[in-house]
Amino acid sequence: MFSQFHLKNRLYDKMEEGIKEKLEEELTDDLFTEAPFNAKEAETTSFENYSYWRSTLKVFLSKKTTVFILSFLLILLVFCFVQPYLPGQKDPNRIFNNPETGIQLKNVAPCAEFWFGTNTIGQDLWSRIWAGTRTSLFIGSVTAVVSAVIGIAFGCIWGYAKKMDKVFTEIYNVLDNIPYTVLRTLITYILSPSLGTMIFVMCLTGWIGIARLIRNLVLVVRDREYNLASRCLGTPASKIIIRNVVPQLVSVIMLETALAIPAAIGTEVYLTYIGLGLPVSIPSLGNLINEGRMVMLVSSLRYQLFFPVLAVSAITISFYALGNAFSDASDPRNHK
Amino acid sequence: MDMLKYSIGRLLRSLITLFIVLSMVFLLMRLMPVEGYFGARGDNMAPEVKEQILKSLGLLDPWYKQLVSFWGRLLHGDLGESIVYRRGASCASIIGPKIATSFRFGIVSLLIQNIVGLPLGVLMANKKNGVVDKLGNVYILIINAVPAAVYYLLLQLGGSNIFGISMIYRPGDVSTMILPVICLSLGGIATNAMWMRRYMVDQMNMDYIRLAKAKGLSSKKVAFSHVVRNAFIPMAQSLPRSIIFTLAGSLYVESLFSIPGMGALLVTAIQRQDNTLVQAVVLLFSAMSVVSMLLGDIAMVICDPRIKLTSGKGGRV
Repeated sequence: MFSQFHLKNRLYDKMEEGIKEKLEEELTDDLFTEAPFNAKEAETTSFENYSYWRSTLKVFLSKKTTVFILSFLLILLVFCFVQPYLPGQKDPNRIFNNPETGIQLKNVAPCAEFWFGTNTIGQDLWSRIWAGTRTSLFIGSVTAVVSAVIGIAFGCIWGYAKKMDKVFTEIYNVLDNIPYTVLRTLITYILSPSLGTMIFVMCLTGWIGIARLIRNLVLVVRDREYNLASRCLGTPASKIIIRNVVPQLVSVIMLETALAIPAAIGTEVYLTYIGLGLPVSIPSLGNLINEGRMVMLVSSLRYQLFFPVLAVSAITISFYALGNAFSDASDPRNHK
Repeated sequence: MDMLKYSIGRLLRSLITLFIVLSMVFLLMRLMPVEGYFGARGDNMAPEVKEQILKSLGLLDPWYKQLVSFWGRLLHGDLGESIVYRRGASCASIIGPKIATSFRFGIVSLLIQNIVGLPLGVLMANKKNGVVDKLGNVYILIINAVPAAVYYLLLQLGGSNIFGISMIYRPGDVSTMILPVICLSLGGIATNAMWMRRYMVDQMNMDYIRLAKAKGLSSKKVAFSHVVRNAFIPMAQSLPRSIIFTLAGSLYVESLFSIPGMGALLVTAIQRQDNTLVQAVVLLFSAMSVVSMLLGDIAMVICDPRIKLTSGKGGRV
């Protein structure tokens, strides 16, 4: 044992000697010169230029399905707003009469004149669906943005101010204990249905869940070392929240906002179903589905249900898929 | 001892919450359109008669007086009398049988949701991106994307056209219960499976799971004895809520299959402007919500020994 170990050591010594000799031959003193001091170079770091948002975007767009859905949704959105100005489009609320007999063109099956057919009182379903998509997306996005803003503001204060936590938690408990559907139904009943009521009702309940989510995340981030350091250095709380805390939550916030849009459309369909929806003169996906549902039993008229459902499904699936793809992409562990 | 102390403290806080919630809802409902107190004959009534009715119902008193008398009546179990829906009948007698019907449907569907949904989620997570996972995700996507009102309708039509099952529920005929129960379960299966899958996938990267794998446990054993057991804790919190809310019924399903349950009652009461009935139902739902949260918290404390039993701390969020 011992001799073997000894032998090995000697071998290494010899090898080292050989390397030393070689180095001494190649590394002459004139290779080493003193570098002049450069303040700029002293500050540079040598890692790759990493930007969180750029790599998030890169991962997000690296999947073909995501790009496809994203472009589909963008085209849909653009077309939604361009559609009324295109030539040959019909007014969604105009009732079409047969020019010869003067009778309404009721329940015309999809044809060259009416691409998606007409409804039970002779209105053009194609333009009604686009107008409805506009209304529903409008309700959805206003609700999503308002809920997000209120929810974030509330959630940040709730999570950041330790002394207020108990008070806010009790308020939350009370609000969360009234079933949302009941609250929405009741308030729509009290205020009488309209576009404003609908948005108000959805915002009223929409921010609560976001506020709780943000509060829990803020609690996690708040006492990290860098925030502790900031506080020690005397940074005001508002600056810590806006600069250090909120950017960490952006991905969650965006996901929540994206999912709030299809949720709002679902709520609108529900409110319309129970008779508290928008008047028929404001086409929305909710009242289009409801109208379609009523004629569902006649198989030749099912197109009146099929087209609005198709619109709702396409929008919902797109937002869900995009939201999930984005939340995956925003996780730095999935970045390359 | 700690447990008892926690439960009592939590119970007291719930009672306070219940008091605040019910008072708030009651005051909110003072804003309901007054027409809802006169019934069908309201249009032909003279203003004096209307005022007389409002006065007899105590609605012209200042709000604090109304609140006190409301609590007085509520503590005696008096929810008021229906005005339009079934004139003169007490709200409790209208709600009682309906709750029983809804509960029967709800509890069966709740069982199916858990028995089918949770294992589906486990299967999906075990072979992520496998065939089961992909099919399951398509199912979840469809259920989330298509409005419930629409796929219920399709199921009703399909079921009665293909299998010849009656479209309408008849009390006592079990075969007519099949379609409504399937309708009620589909959404819950999707939610349960999605939740279980996400939970399992998240947990797979946790240190304790890696340790369990490193010490040589088979992945099946890891999944069942570690992940699923931990997944049960949030379940324990939501289970009481799910059970209690079967009492509330489902509006869509019950109106489609003409089931005389709770689901449509609130909506019918609102549409027919029966204010006292609206009030009774809303109060009942709010109370159910408070109680289910209380039970959920207690169940979670029982299941999860890591939760500290101090009633003073912030509370459940």
